[in-house]
Amino acid sequence: MMSDFEQVQQSAREAWEDLGTGGVPVVTVGTATCGRSAGALNTLASLREEAAGHGLACRFVEVGCLGPCYAEPLVTVQRAGDATVCFAAVDKLGARKIADYLAGGELPGEYVFATMGAARVPGVPDLMETPMMKGQVRRVLRNCGVIDPADIQHSLARGAYAGLQRALELGPEERIEVLERSGLRGRGGAGFGVSRKWAFCIEAPGDTKYVVCNADEGDPGAFMNRSLLEGDPHAVLEGMIIAGLTVGAAEGYIYCRAEYPLALERLGVAIGQAEELGLLGPDALGPGRPFRIRVKEGAGAFVCGEETALIASLEGRRGMPRPRPPFPAVSGLWGCPTIINNVETLASVGLIFRNGADWYAEYGTESSKGTKTFALVGNVLRPGLVEVPLGTTLRQMIFDIGGGVSGKHRFKAVQTGGPSGGCLPEEQLDIPVDYESLQAAGTIMGSGGIVVMDERTCMVDFARYFLDFAVDESCGKCGPCRLGTWQLLRILEDITQGKGTAADIDLLEELGHNIMRGSLCGLGTSAPNPVLSTLRYFRDEYVAHVESQTCPALACRDYIAYQIDVDACTGCTVCAGLCPVEGISGARKDVHHIDEAVCTKCGVCSNSCAFGAVLTVNRVDLEPQT
Amino acid sequence: MATTELSPLQLGPVLATFERRPDVLISLLQAVQASLGYLPPDAMGAVARHARVPRSRVYGVASFYSQFRFNPAGRRRVAVCRGTACHVSGARMILEELERTLGIAEGQTTEDREYSLETVACIGCCGLSPCLSVNDEVSAKLTPKKVRKQFRAAKKSAPR
Repeated sequence: MMSDFEQVQQSAREAWEDLGTGGVPVVTVGTATCGRSAGALNTLASLREEAAGHGLACRFVEVGCLGPCYAEPLVTVQRAGDATVCFAAVDKLGARKIADYLAGGELPGEYVFATMGAARVPGVPDLMETPMMKGQVRRVLRNCGVIDPADIQHSLARGAYAGLQRALELGPEERIEVLERSGLRGRGGAGFGVSRKWAFCIEAPGDTKYVVCNADEGDPGAFMNRSLLEGDPHAVLEGMIIAGLTVGAAEGYIYCRAEYPLALERLGVAIGQAEELGLLGPDALGPGRPFRIRVKEGAGAFVCGEETALIASLEGRRGMPRPRPPFPAVSGLWGCPTIINNVETLASVGLIFRNGADWYAEYGTESSKGTKTFALVGNVLRPGLVEVPLGTTLRQMIFDIGGGVSGKHRFKAVQTGGPSGGCLPEEQLDIPVDYESLQAAGTIMGSGGIVVMDERTCMVDFARYFLDFAVDESCGKCGPCRLGTWQLLRILEDITQGKGTAADIDLLEELGHNIMRGSLCGLGTSAPNPVLSTLRYFRDEYVAHVESQTCPALACRDYIAYQIDVDACTGCTVCAGLCPVEGISGARKDVHHIDEAVCTKCGVCSNSCAFGAVLTVNRVDLEPQT
Repeated sequence: MATTELSPLQLGPVLATFERRPDVLISLLQAVQASLGYLPPDAMGAVARHARVPRSRVYGVASFYSQFRFNPAGRRRVAVCRGTACHVSGARMILEELERTLGIAEGQTTEDREYSLETVACIGCCGLSPCLSVNDEVSAKLTPKKVRKQFRAAKKSAPR
């Protein structure tokens, strides 16, 4: 670390202060991947154009993701003497109205989301008082959506690398002690104590050691790490440098999914800037003590999230796991002691050293300390990226923060932990979210994906979906996983296609337990979780499929039929025009008819009917049409 | 993106930026695929010689990871997300609508090589599901109707 760090920090802070109080309004636009997919880059272009049209001098800053994905694209306007206002769902018209406001016009109320900072606008809530933010404690995510992730000065002004500075003042034992007191556990899913893992690596013999950041966020339905890498990459770099300092490594690798091009780009920029300032490079850990970070792009294999598979992939091989022990902390990359930690874990390390272990541990439960980020998604009113103290209940997360189920539908289940996790019903929503409670309920914390489902999701089909994923992603090395998941999938397909029997249900259970017992790595030992947890809580749905030939969720195509509600149909011909198999007949203004013999159950008619006249029914309940 | 800029035999400049070691294999394959759009057999042979590993190992690695393709993709690679959030909000209908609109099945490329259609495990835009990407550009909060509109127009205006 450079000798004049404090001076650099001070000037960064002053520049940050100036940003808000200078004469030029600052307009920030959230341009992380989620913002972009909602049109943030177009919004930014419109804002620039409109501001130029008014002859306004503005400073435009691209920031990461603030969290409320449902309200993207998000824009904030900061101007000396005025409250900082955050605008939501800003389209072209919104951009024009914001520019009008900047030119002295009225505040466009329909786009106003919240205010940020001390100054207020009457009738507008502070961001942290909005329903989605209220129950949250944003620590790891505190910079996301606030700073320009491509400008290290912003990060420095907000405290980046101050934790490293503190860590440099401590001895190796004191560093481990700080981590131990903080109670930080691995955020990738397994929840292993970080201080223990690092201590093993310190004790392991060897002169060459490595630090690896696992950014192979492969759980479908999870994007916490992507948002963090895109919104605050220096937090991750700082954690890696502290890890290198603590265990005596001179090299670090970030293994990041190729599916995250923007995160890869931002990491490259951040590493370059940290090198320029000497935070990385030949004297990073003190005179003559180098630390460098390289980024390795994953190539699309879910199993590479498993640490030994990740190492194989880093070494240029097929990403196949190997038995443990030896654990990577003893024998990892190139056979050298290696620490592998998740993105969020590493991003927490700098915070802990900067603010102290006690500060970190003030939130959480007895065994699970601190806060955790979650991707709250699916059929929920306010999907997005959230951070809450561990111990918060699922109910608080889904209903208070997420606003409950979207539309007129009823809550049915919540899935945590991705393909390795399980589904919980309404009765289980009051359990606190911590490592042990979730496991006892039949699921896992995982990396933080929380998928909410309403009554339209069939739990058998949902289990089939995850097994389909597991079969695709099983590396094929051990038999129980390779063959067992394939069999589970075949049985689930039978049940969803009307070919299942009561004996199949028992077979699923037996096979699931055996796969868990016999598999080599975490992928196989957890792959049956989606089946076993749905069998535990939603067994009646399995039974309905095999015994009464019905799909209670009206989702499995082999069980359902579409039927026109003769009272509601207006004969508008929209469905008939869209039906891909020309299976709907009826003249304009006449009640239409669906030909069951040719219908492929694609659902286009039901989806396109403006009058709700296309009903979905179980085929066994089909009434003969008149 | 994904256009043929080099023939497999002209890979020299791409290979030259990598050390001749087995551990660069994945990065090497990624660079070759970025230049050629896919991994033809000749190119994998060149990679094997450069990284000093048998061709079997190159093929073993390339076939293990879903990112690598052995056939050319369309100029516009349409990837439908099949992540969990997208799954529960109707990804299947999006995929089927695309199959109908583009006239190809998942895994296929249109005859004019303009479009190829694939699925990906998760794009990471779960808060705005269902979504898809076209050459890494993501569109979100899709409905079958939106997809139909977007791709019908695109297909018409596409150069033949």
